[in-house]
Amino acid sequence: MTKEEILARGGSKVNARPSLLLDATMHYCPGCSHGVVHKLVAEVIEELGMTDSAIGIAPVGCAVFAYNYIDIDWIEAAHGRAPAVATAAARLNPDAMVFTYQGDGDLAAIGTCETIHACNRGENITIIFINNGIYGMTGGQMAPTTLEGMKTSTTPYGRRADLNGYPLNITNLVKELDGTCYVTRQTVHTPAAVRKAKAAIRQAFINTREKRGTSFVEIVSTCNSGWKMSPADANKWMEEHMFAKYPPGEIKNTVKDQK
Amino acid sequence: MKGNEAIAHAAIRYGVDGYFGYPITPQSEVLETLEELRPWETTGMVVLQSESEVAAINMVYGGASTGKAVMTSSSSPGVSLMQEGISYIAAGQLPTLIINVMRGGPGLGTIQPSQSDYFQAVKGGGHGDYRLIVLAPASVQDMADYVGLGFDLAFKYRTPAMLLSDGIVGQMMEKVVLPPFRPRRTDAEIAKQCPWAVTGKRGRKERNVSTTLELESRTMEENNRRLQAVYDEIERNEVRFEQYMTDDADYLFVAFGCMSRICKKSIEQARSRGIKVGLLRPITLWPFPTGAIADLSKRVKGILVAEMNAGQMVEDVRLAAEGRTPVAHFGRNGGIVPNPGEVVESLVSQFSIKE
Ligand SMILES: Cc1ncc(C[n+]2csc(CCOP(=O)(O)OP(=O)(O)O)c2C)c(N)n1
Ligand code: SF4
Ligand SMILES: [Mg+2]
Repeated sequence: MTKEEILARGGSKVNARPSLLLDATMHYCPGCSHGVVHKLVAEVIEELGMTDSAIGIAPVGCAVFAYNYIDIDWIEAAHGRAPAVATAAARLNPDAMVFTYQGDGDLAAIGTCETIHACNRGENITIIFINNGIYGMTGGQMAPTTLEGMKTSTTPYGRRADLNGYPLNITNLVKELDGTCYVTRQTVHTPAAVRKAKAAIRQAFINTREKRGTSFVEIVSTCNSGWKMSPADANKWMEEHMFAKYPPGEIKNTVKDQK
Repeated sequence: MKGNEAIAHAAIRYGVDGYFGYPITPQSEVLETLEELRPWETTGMVVLQSESEVAAINMVYGGASTGKAVMTSSSSPGVSLMQEGISYIAAGQLPTLIINVMRGGPGLGTIQPSQSDYFQAVKGGGHGDYRLIVLAPASVQDMADYVGLGFDLAFKYRTPAMLLSDGIVGQMMEKVVLPPFRPRRTDAEIAKQCPWAVTGKRGRKERNVSTTLELESRTMEENNRRLQAVYDEIERNEVRFEQYMTDDADYLFVAFGCMSRICKKSIEQARSRGIKVGLLRPITLWPFPTGAIADLSKRVKGILVAEMNAGQMVEDVRLAAEGRTPVAHFGRNGGIVPNPGEVVESLVSQFSIKE
């Protein structure tokens, strides 16, 4: 059904399929947060009239095929290097609205260096960070953000700080860097949370258009496949455990005019 | 000026859009000269010191994906770090220029000159079946000229090109005629030349995607075939080499880059002793001048491949000679620069030449 058809039938606009979302069937597991965030990204780009200027940088991770789902120009980066790819794309194309879309392994393990330095230089980009505490794509190995005690295929008895180190709160690190103008942590597990996450992505994309520095939007997410839970249980587990280490909320905002 | 400085000047004059690099001896003058010249105030060229060579090559990947003319330079350990990115750039069919001002390895090695990254450059240092167009400058003038040549070839075939230089050519000072200024391409010109460029849709109906991922094996094999077809065309059209005193030669030196200059002196010394030697200097290391060496191998008594490494290009020369004439190797490594006399002595002793 097209958006027009839904609207003609008096449907709610909230549930309409954004026209930028392509018809391809998403490969994500049912209940995965990636699909919801894709929809928000597509909606915001469309609403801000950025269809012609947006360049997305896809990661290596479950979202590697993001370019098959949102009808804008994309570059698929090597694992972890999206912020470096975005740096050049943005500097060489000042009229473009460049954003990366990355998982926790991509952004906070193999790509930590590129993440920190792009943020520290204050590149005019948005970084959307899907923190699901696990390597979804490769079958559920430990991520830097995996919680202590959490079982993964490479921490089958649970993550132990003495063996595996502590969960990395990279968003708090990024907040300290002078190059970031906007750092926020959101979720998409309830309709209210989705609305707030959308507003955050919108703020970030406006910042990028206005060249205010780096905007960093973490989405604390579920990976029900990797966590081996039903989508409903995964949401509950996220609220009970992930939020303690990664509490949702605004973390830094140097931008005064929120409109 | 120095070879490394010539690269910086030539890049600005060619209308390069972006340079991304990380300091390493003996090539840091490229970035230093660009920062000194501040081209962003004149041509609008972007210059950025990256946090690592990994970042630099991925910036090049990102910039090239948008159709811009972008480049990086480094030296051996840094170029090793770039290999994953180079493989992506080749797979993505992105025109770029990568410069390796070689130093001696393996490991951290030495900051002194070497030619020991021939295999890495010519055989594909990264993963997968890909090739780089590899140009070997032998003078400061070549450094200036091959920046433009490298980009021209890269854009003609939509493939990365590499200048495989070394610490001598990078550091030595020579007179140079710089190429004339060309304006950078406009966005409209880029859109015309590179309809695949990821620029934001800008009114295009179809979105552009720069990706190297293909999970369907048949399609991936097709992608490989397409790349190989481009490489075949490059091998047919773009072989470049220089011949020096080969007409009457009984023996042949094959040498590239700074070593070819040393060999020219060796030829002078050998000929004054009555030994007729000539030189074939590959300018393109890939595509390799196999045909020209094959022809010469039919009429010389022996070939000496002189390299500042333990024997790398010699393998390609042996393949070209196909046993028609003996092929020997002379090599110094670790940053030692041989003198012309050593090369002559090696020729005389390895081929038991009676004077
Ligand atoms: C250089 C390199 N190393 C390793 C991999 C394998 N790999 C692919 S995705 C991935 C982890 C992805 O996890 P994350 O970034 O958290 O994304 P998610 O799938 O959870 O969304 C790894 C290790 C790779 N493709 N490239
Ligand atoms: S493995 Fe996890 S992150 Fe990947 S699609 Fe499935 S639920 Fe989503
Ligand atoms: Mg993950």
